[in-house]
Amino acid sequence: MALFPARRGSGLAAWLLAGSLACLLLVLADASRMAEERARERAQGRALVARVGLTDLALFNEARYTRHLSQADQHAAFQDHPGALEHFPAGSLAGPARPSP
Amino acid sequence: MNTWIERQRGLIDTTVANLRRRKARNLGLLLAYVLLVFLLASVVLFGDGMRREARLLLEEAPELVVQRLTAGRHDLMPAQWLERIADLRGVAAVEGRLWGYHHDAAVGANLTLQVPREAAPAAGRVHLGATLARLRGLAPGDVLSLRDHAGQPHAFVVEALLDSRSELVSADLVLLGEADFRAFFGIAAGLYTDAALRVVNPLETRTVAEKVLARLPATRVISREEMRRTYDAVFNWRQGLPLMVLSVLLAAFALLAWDKASGLSAEERREIGILKALGWDSGDVLAMKLWEGALLSLLAFLLGYTLAWLHVYYAGAPLFEPVLKGWSVLYPHFALAPEVDISRIVSLALLTVLPYVAATLVPVWRAATLDPDEVMRE
Repeated sequence: MALFPARRGSGLAAWLLAGSLACLLLVLADASRMAEERARERAQGRALVARVGLTDLALFNEARYTRHLSQADQHAAFQDHPGALEHFPAGSLAGPARPSP
Repeated sequence: MNTWIERQRGLIDTTVANLRRRKARNLGLLLAYVLLVFLLASVVLFGDGMRREARLLLEEAPELVVQRLTAGRHDLMPAQWLERIADLRGVAAVEGRLWGYHHDAAVGANLTLQVPREAAPAAGRVHLGATLARLRGLAPGDVLSLRDHAGQPHAFVVEALLDSRSELVSADLVLLGEADFRAFFGIAAGLYTDAALRVVNPLETRTVAEKVLARLPATRVISREEMRRTYDAVFNWRQGLPLMVLSVLLAAFALLAWDKASGLSAEERREIGILKALGWDSGDVLAMKLWEGALLSLLAFLLGYTLAWLHVYYAGAPLFEPVLKGWSVLYPHFALAPEVDISRIVSLALLTVLPYVAATLVPVWRAATLDPDEVMRE
């Protein structure tokens, strides 16, 4: 006799939960293989950062002041005129500049 | 112990039978629940992944960058300033960096032109970021024509493309030689965009930064840690916005669960009445309803989290791409590296499962204490 016969509701519930848990564990177990693969890919990026002396990610290149967020002038977003509305979606999501020490 | 287990299995049997009887309604609830967990988990996994990626990539960034400020704005730095910085104790090496922006009207994007520290391309040649090369349809040997500061066209031969696995830092990058850079932007010899410093002892980075500021007060010093913190802050902020919206959804879902549990249908009330008349006590009814909540929320959490994991790490988070992309034309292809963080999983499980169980608890207790006689007469 099966431990959790599917014709019983509890059996069905156990199978459903075990199946979902197995799916989750399977993808989590794949994480280390995937992380190793991505680390190899990242090594190329790190080598370029070291070779060129890069300081920022090339994610937001729509405006000069969002391309190098860590290097941007603190008033860059308002350079056109004081109180200018932010033009770019990236600027509105990038958060206010923090004063440097 | 066996009796207890058998009793609980009996309760679960009844719960599942009840759930199956109202299949459409419970399936709808489960789907909404899975979607909620999926969205919340996707935001958390994506934000964590981006922060981790930025920190790891920028580990190789310059330890300190010194910018010259003139009237509060960034200005070019003379070579003499580099010598004055190099004299400071604790500074291992100083290099003048040359980089600038160029608006490329052909693709409507800002390019970053930079002179690499080492292995710079030969005169008249450039190395291109893979994203830019893809967008302009360029391959090694092709010619990239850009207008310089005087409006004159400059033709560069594409010597090589930067590795496409580095797109996250090189999407819009054009690497060129120093002489080409100076001629293109009209920057005289002896002037640099800023300075990159290496310090002898990384623990003294802050002290060195203070020394630079003391010697050259008209400068701004940015440490590597600040660069990395900038991206922590950016992705915290980005993660916070959708989470704020989703927290409203979570509250709405808890309200829905409360409503569902408290608005017992006449059929459900009769059912409870009959069960109690058959000898079930309030504890049994309460346990049955708790099992219902636990089964639904656990199943929804497991499915939602698995889907979120697949979405972020296997599919490349297509749902978030438009948000990050903004108006940028040169959007890099990149994949995030997963990391299993048990505390994150547990906190997310508590965040999604607890509101549901809590919202159903009180109405369920009220249902469990119904008087069978009164209910059956209704």
